[in-house]
Amino acid sequence: MIDRDEVLHVARLARLRLSEQEIEPMAAELSSVLDNIAKIEELNLDGVPPTSHVVEVTGRLRADEPHEPLPREVALAQAPAVSDDGFLVPSPQA
Amino acid sequence: MVDATGPYELIALSAAAAARAIAAGEIDPTELIGAYRARAMADELNCFTWVAPERGPGSGGDIAAGSSPAPGESPLPGTPLGGVPLAVKDLFCTAGVPSQSGSRILEGYEPPYTATAVARLQGAGATLLGKTNQDEFAMGSSNENSAFGPVLNPWDRARVPGGSSGGSAAAVAAGLAPWAVGTDTGGSIRQPAAMCGIVGLKPTYGAVSRYGMIAFASSLDQAGPLTRNVTDAALMLRHMIGRDERDATSLRFPEQIELPRADRLDGVRLGVPAELSSEGIETGVLERFHSALALAQELGATINTDVMLPHAPHGLAAYYVIAPAEASSNLARFDGVRYGLRAGDGQDLVGMYTRTRHDGFGPEVKRRIMLGTYALSAGYYDAYYGRAQRVRTKIVEDFRAAFEEVDFIVSPTTPGVAFELGEKTTDPWSMYLNDALTVPMSLAGIPAISIPCGLSGSSEGKGPVGRGLPVGLQIAGPAFSENRLLDAAYALEQAIGFDSTAAHV
Amino acid sequence: MDVGRGSGRDDVVEYEPVIGLEIHVQLSTRTKMFCGCELSFGEPPNTRTCPVCLGLPGALPVANAKAIHFGLMIGMALESELAPRSIFHRKNYFYPDLPKGYQISQYDEPLCRGGRLADVRVHRVHLEEDAAKLVHVGESGRIHASDASIVDFNRGGTPLAEIVTEPDVRSAEQAGEWLRLLRVTLGRLGVSDVNMEEGSLRCDANISVRPAGSDEMGTKTELKNMNSFRFIERGIKAEVIRQEKLLARGEKVVQETLHFDPSSGRITTLRSKEEAHDYRYFPEPDLVPIAVSEEMLDTARASMPELPLARAERFEHDPSYMLDTEVAKTLAFRTDLGDFLELRRPESPDEARVRANLIINELAPRVGTDVPLADSMVTPDAVVTISGALMRKEISIGGARQAFDILVEEGGDADAIIEREGLMSAEGGDELAAVVEAAIAANEDAAQKIKAGNPKAIGPIVGYVMRETQGRADGGEVTRLVHEQLGV
Ligand SMILES: [Mg+2]
Ligand SMILES: [Zn+2]
Repeated sequence: MIDRDEVLHVARLARLRLSEQEIEPMAAELSSVLDNIAKIEELNLDGVPPTSHVVEVTGRLRADEPHEPLPREVALAQAPAVSDDGFLVPSPQA
Repeated sequence: MVDATGPYELIALSAAAAARAIAAGEIDPTELIGAYRARAMADELNCFTWVAPERGPGSGGDIAAGSSPAPGESPLPGTPLGGVPLAVKDLFCTAGVPSQSGSRILEGYEPPYTATAVARLQGAGATLLGKTNQDEFAMGSSNENSAFGPVLNPWDRARVPGGSSGGSAAAVAAGLAPWAVGTDTGGSIRQPAAMCGIVGLKPTYGAVSRYGMIAFASSLDQAGPLTRNVTDAALMLRHMIGRDERDATSLRFPEQIELPRADRLDGVRLGVPAELSSEGIETGVLERFHSALALAQELGATINTDVMLPHAPHGLAAYYVIAPAEASSNLARFDGVRYGLRAGDGQDLVGMYTRTRHDGFGPEVKRRIMLGTYALSAGYYDAYYGRAQRVRTKIVEDFRAAFEEVDFIVSPTTPGVAFELGEKTTDPWSMYLNDALTVPMSLAGIPAISIPCGLSGSSEGKGPVGRGLPVGLQIAGPAFSENRLLDAAYALEQAIGFDSTAAHV
Repeated sequence: MDVGRGSGRDDVVEYEPVIGLEIHVQLSTRTKMFCGCELSFGEPPNTRTCPVCLGLPGALPVANAKAIHFGLMIGMALESELAPRSIFHRKNYFYPDLPKGYQISQYDEPLCRGGRLADVRVHRVHLEEDAAKLVHVGESGRIHASDASIVDFNRGGTPLAEIVTEPDVRSAEQAGEWLRLLRVTLGRLGVSDVNMEEGSLRCDANISVRPAGSDEMGTKTELKNMNSFRFIERGIKAEVIRQEKLLARGEKVVQETLHFDPSSGRITTLRSKEEAHDYRYFPEPDLVPIAVSEEMLDTARASMPELPLARAERFEHDPSYMLDTEVAKTLAFRTDLGDFLELRRPESPDEARVRANLIINELAPRVGTDVPLADSMVTPDAVVTISGALMRKEISIGGARQAFDILVEEGGDADAIIEREGLMSAEGGDELAAVVEAAIAANEDAAQKIKAGNPKAIGPIVGYVMRETQGRADGGEVTRLVHEQLGV
C-alpha cells in the first residue's frame, strides 16, 4: 500500500504536480501495481547478482578528440525562453 | 513481371520487391513515394503524426548524421533500398522534422540531428515517408496513450492496434507504408505486429544503435522492423545494425544479415515452455498457436514441451520495476528549460518544473514516473529495483539453460487478440498483462520475432463480422541468432501462408 | 605536518575538530567527459554544446578515455587501489544547470579506493561530469534577490575527479596545508589547471567537533564550495568555533549544508537535513563498465612524473643536496624552481644549499610567477657562477643581488657582468676585517652598547662598512667580524 503522503513525497521528488483529484486515484493505481509486483518477494534470490547490463562488454571509450559544436542559434532554437544567449529560467533562489 | 501502371500494383509490392523493381528499372521510385504519400495523407486510422511534404521541408539540415538525404527527397540512385518509402516511429529523432515521442511535453520539437538507425536506413536509400503515432514515450500496449489520440486497428476500427509502435504497425497493415521502424522495450514491436497481422522483429539488445531514440528504458529499448513479411524484416535489419561510436551499448554484429531462404525446419528444435503457453491465454490464440506448431512439425521441426523458463512468470513484475525506474530518470530532462513545453511561467523554479511536467505528461507516463521514482527512492531500492535486477539475472540464466536444449523458444506473442478501444484503460495491470509473453526476451536482451499465424475465430465472441483477428507467433533465439531466427520464421511464414495485405485500406 | 589541537583554554572543555575534505578537480582533457565538445575557457555562452551535453532527447554519453587515464594517474599519485572494474551511476535531482535531470557520477564502484597523501588518508577518487553555469540576473544582482537565471552549458559536462578524504584533518591550518600539497601534486601530474579562482579546484569540508581524546564522531556539517585556500581556512575556523560554542552552551549541532561568506565571515544555511536530496542512484544503463586493462595501467604509470612530496624528500636526503626541510619543500612544490636547481648537478651539499637559497630568495621573486624560471633571461649557468663566487667570497650577497637585477633584465654571462659592474668584493676576509676595525673605531658609542648586551646597536657600524665597500660586503659576515673583534 502506498498512501497519500507517500504519493505526495514521490511526486515532489519527481517534480510532478498532482491536482487534488489526481492524488487518491494515483495512490490506488500505484498500490494495485505494487501488489502485483510484490510477487517477486517470494523468490529466493540469495547470492544472485543483479543484471544492469545484458550486454557483457566493457570499455567503449571515446578518444579525447573534439567534434563540431552545435551553432548557438541551433542550441537555443527550441528553448521556451532565451535571454542574453542563454536559457532563461526562474531563479533557483527566488 | 511487375505491372507498374497503377498505384494499387505499386502498393501491393513488398519493400524488398519494390527495391528490386526499382533496381531493375521496372518502377519509378518517385511514383512509389507519391503513391504512398497520397495514402498516408488520406490516413483515417491516425497512424501518422507527420507526413513528409513532396519536396524536402527546408527546415534545418542534418547536423549530426550529415550525409543522409532530407525527408521526402529522392535518394541517390543505385542505393540498396532505391528510395523505398519508410515510416518512422515518432520517437526517432529526425533532423528538422517533428519528433515528440507521442507526448505533449515535446510539442513542436524539431531535433537538430537524426537517429543513427534512421540515418543508416536513409543512407541505404530509404525515403522518409512520415512519422508514426505511438504511445507516449512508448509507454503502453494499445496506442491509446498518445497526445495525438489513439490509432485504429485496420482489421477492426473499434479495436486498438497494440502498442507502443501502434501507428507503425497499423500503417504497414493498412498499406499506408511498405514498412516501418518501431521500437520494442517490453514488446512494443512484437505485440502490435501480432495484433495487426504483420511481422515485427526485436533484435538482440545492442544490435541497433539507440542514438537518437527518445529513451523510455535504456537497458531494454531496441529498434527494429515492422514489415509485411520476414524477407522485408531481414532487409531492413541488414541496413540498421552495426556498432555506433555514439552508443556505448551498441555492438558489432558478428555477421551480415542475409535474406532468408529456408523452406524446411529439419532438425530445428523448438521449445514450448509451459510458462509462456498456458495461463491467461485466449483459446482462439492457443488454437492458432497449436496449428502453427503442427505445421512446424510437418516442416521437420521437433517440439520440446519439457523446456522450462521458471522465472518467466516473474518477468512482468521485474519489468514493471526496471522500465519505470529507468524511465523516471530518462524523463527528468523534460523540464521546460531547453526544449518542448513550458508551463507555470511567472512561478518560481519548482512551480515551473512541476506545472510543465503536470501539463506535458499524460496519465500513464505520470503513473510510470511515480512508480519508477518510488522504486528507486531511499529505503525501497533494494526491495524493488535491486530485486528486479536479480530476477533479471535468473531470467537470463533460464534462457541460457533453455537454449542448451532447444534452438528457439516459441510462444504466442500476446495472450489475446486486439482488444476494443477503452477496454483496458481503467486497470493498469490488466493492460500490462499484454506484455507477459514478450517481456522475458526483452529482459534477457535476446532477439524475438512475431509473425502472423492466422486469424482467431470468433470463439471469444469478439471477432469482427466476417473474419477473425490476427494472432502472432513469437519465435525467440539466443543473442545474435537473427539469421537463423529469420530463416525459421521464413519457413513457417511460407507454410502458414498468411496474407499480410488483407487489411489494406 | 603539524597536527593542530583545539583552542586550548584551561577553564573550558577542550574540543577537537574532525574534518574531511571533498575536492572537485576539473580535468584538463581537451573534450568533455561524455561528448566531443571542447572544454570552455571563457567562450561566449552556449557555443560549446551538442545534443549530448545539452541533454537533448535521444542523445547518449560515451566516456572520454583521457579522463579515465587522468583518473588513474590521480589514483597512482594518491596510492589508491585502482579498481579493475568500475561503473557509472546516475545521481538524480532537478536543477537548471543539470540538463538531463541527473549527473553521471560514480557511486559504489569508483575508479580508485583508499590511498593517502602525506598525513591524510584518501577514501576514494571517482569521475563525474560538471554542471553548467548559472548566471543570476535581476534588479539587485544579489543572489537572493534575483528573480531569473540564465544557463550557459559551455561548462556542463567538463570532466571532474572527485577526491574524498577520510576525516583525518584536525585543524583549518592543516586543511589548508594539505590542500596546497594536493594542488601542487595535481599540478605536477598535469591532469588539471588547479586554478581555484577559476573553479578548476573546488573544495567542500565536512566538519564536526568532539571532546579532545574522544573516539566518537560529532554531528557534522558540510561547508560548501570554497574557492580559495584563505577562504577554506577561514571558513573551517569559523565553523569549528561556531560548533564549539554550541557544544559549550550545551546545544546540539544540526546536520546541514552551510555556506561561508568570506566578505562578512558569516556562515549561513543552504539546506537542512530534512530537505536533503534523495538522489535515487542507479547504474547508468547508457554506459558500460570501465575495465582497467594492463595497457591502461602501463600508460598511466609511464606518464607519472616524480611527485612533489618525493622530490622534497630527495632534496632533503640525497647526499648531493641535503637541503633543509622547508627549502626542499619550496623547491619541490614549485616545479620550475626545483627543475632550475637540477639543471646543473651541485658540486657539494654546500653548493646546493647556496644555489637553492639564491633561486628561492633572489631569482624567483625577481622573475615572478607568470613565467617558469627556465623561460626567464637567467641561465642555470649564471646561477652556478654566482653561487661559486659567493662561496669563494669573491662577491658579497649584495653584489650577487646587483648581478641578479641585471641578469633578470638582460640575461648574459654572469662573470662578465660581475667584471663589468665591478661587483668583486674587496679581496677576501682580511680586507673586510680592516674595514670593520675602522668602522668600530669610528663608532665607539655603538661598540660600547654592543658590549653592554644590546646587539641592536650594530646598525651604525654595519652602515659604515657598507658605505666603505659600496654595499658589496656580506651583512652576515660583517656582523660576525664585529662580534669577533668586540669579543661578544
Ligand atoms: Mg560530486
Ligand atoms: Zn557536448
